[in-house]
Amino acid sequence: MLTLTCPNCGVAADETELAPGGEAHLKRFGPGASDDDFEAYMFARANPKGIHFERWRHAYGCGKWFLAARCTATLEVFATYPAQSAAPPEAVLAAIRARRPGWEGRS
Amino acid sequence: MRYSGLRVIAEALTGHKGWKPVWRDPAPQPDYDIVIVGGGGHGLATAYYLAKEFGQKRIAVLEKGWLGSGNVGRNTTIIRSNYLLDGNEPFYEFSLRLWEGLEQDFNYNAMVSQRGIINLIHTDAQRDAFTRRGNAMILNGADAELLDQAQVRAMYPFLNFDNARFPIKGALMQRRGGTVRHDAVAWGYARGADSRGVDLIQNCEVTGMRIAGGRILGLETTRGFIGARKVGVAVAGSSSRVMAHAGLRLPIESHALQAFVSEGLKPFIDGVMTFGAGHFYVSQSDKGGLVFGGDIDGYNSYAARGNLPVIEDVAEGGMALMPAIGRARLLRIWGGIMDMSMDGSPIIDRTPVEGLYFNGGWCYGGFKATPASGWCFAHLLARDEPHPTARAYRFDRFLRGLMIDEKGQGAQPNLH
Repeated sequence: MLTLTCPNCGVAADETELAPGGEAHLKRFGPGASDDDFEAYMFARANPKGIHFERWRHAYGCGKWFLAARCTATLEVFATYPAQSAAPPEAVLAAIRARRPGWEGRS
Repeated sequence: MRYSGLRVIAEALTGHKGWKPVWRDPAPQPDYDIVIVGGGGHGLATAYYLAKEFGQKRIAVLEKGWLGSGNVGRNTTIIRSNYLLDGNEPFYEFSLRLWEGLEQDFNYNAMVSQRGIINLIHTDAQRDAFTRRGNAMILNGADAELLDQAQVRAMYPFLNFDNARFPIKGALMQRRGGTVRHDAVAWGYARGADSRGVDLIQNCEVTGMRIAGGRILGLETTRGFIGARKVGVAVAGSSSRVMAHAGLRLPIESHALQAFVSEGLKPFIDGVMTFGAGHFYVSQSDKGGLVFGGDIDGYNSYAARGNLPVIEDVAEGGMALMPAIGRARLLRIWGGIMDMSMDGSPIIDRTPVEGLYFNGGWCYGGFKATPASGWCFAHLLARDEPHPTARAYRFDRFLRGLMIDEKGQGAQPNLH
């Protein structure tokens, strides 16, 4: 059972309480953007085997969105943090480096 | 060595001393005309058809583990061509026709069993949708029948027909659908490819791609550099990782899908059944085990094992459909990694790198597609143009808004 702590309400929620929302920190390309940029924003994903930054919603709890840093190979969760983060905060990166010393950063 | 009934008898009389290894275990050559990355069903089928149907020579298949060690070795073994959309149905019907002649074609017993598949109907709206689907199948040369409740009851009297939430009102049936012995598919294609001179190189993982001037020159591997004029990547589950070597980001996410086998039971399900409302699909193997599956876990995973909520959900789906299985015990559960494409349909196409071709995004329906996927990928590799049935499986359909959205619910990586 995957358990993530919601940074909005503080509840340690099981995955049955959560809705996954895919890759985080995508730069949005909307009206006025080129077709290529829009396609890449809409469909292309890093899909790493390893550390993945992703969106979640506490669907059956407080209902709010948040972000998580998680390993897709081991399912280890490093940190959760507010959805209003343009990039992973330093504390999250430090938590990852503490567990994965050789980590080279986001792909 | 050609296999036949006479051969079995002759070997039985001489102590089974004449059987030979089914394929060689060659060291990689410095370079090849065509290198296929991925020694699973699709990669081996591609190599087989390249050699047999398209007259290609100097072919190698690179496999990071052993042949057939990925999803072709672990799936729910269903074959069918009951799709709706024009981009899909001709391709899957082509695949089903190849399945029908496969064992004679590659002289290997793959236990192709056309035991029939039914999709259960619970509402009038679903009957309308399945009627439309059945007509689309027939228009594309496939077979389809609409069964009423009495016909389903005659086949499977033990189903929960009067379930309060999802009463069974009938079914869409495809009699030519069924199951296949999945490992034998990989082995049969491997043997057929090997006997036509294809080098099947195991324990050889691709660690990089050598690209110059926008053209592929070869692959860096754990067994050294292997030069190639053309490279075809068929590594569903790991597509994003392998294609990242060429600097490409794909419209694909990797997700875990679990499947289940119960203890052996006496025969009571002689076909394949899908219960879409509970997302549960089941058949019974020749050994008696119920083979069934359900949904993906829902979040990116390369862990090759699933989590408990989906197991509970699948068990609930099974119990809602067939209360009789409540005391059967599970023998095995496993998780495989699926290439979930953004519209639920596959990709067989060129890439921006000249000489590099891609086959993936099979979601969790790749097994049934194995023969046609191999054939169409071989066609693309050999002739540089898509096979007529696979023209829609292009990368640029996302750019052009031509998604093949079989479920009709928009582009997202959790479809089918």
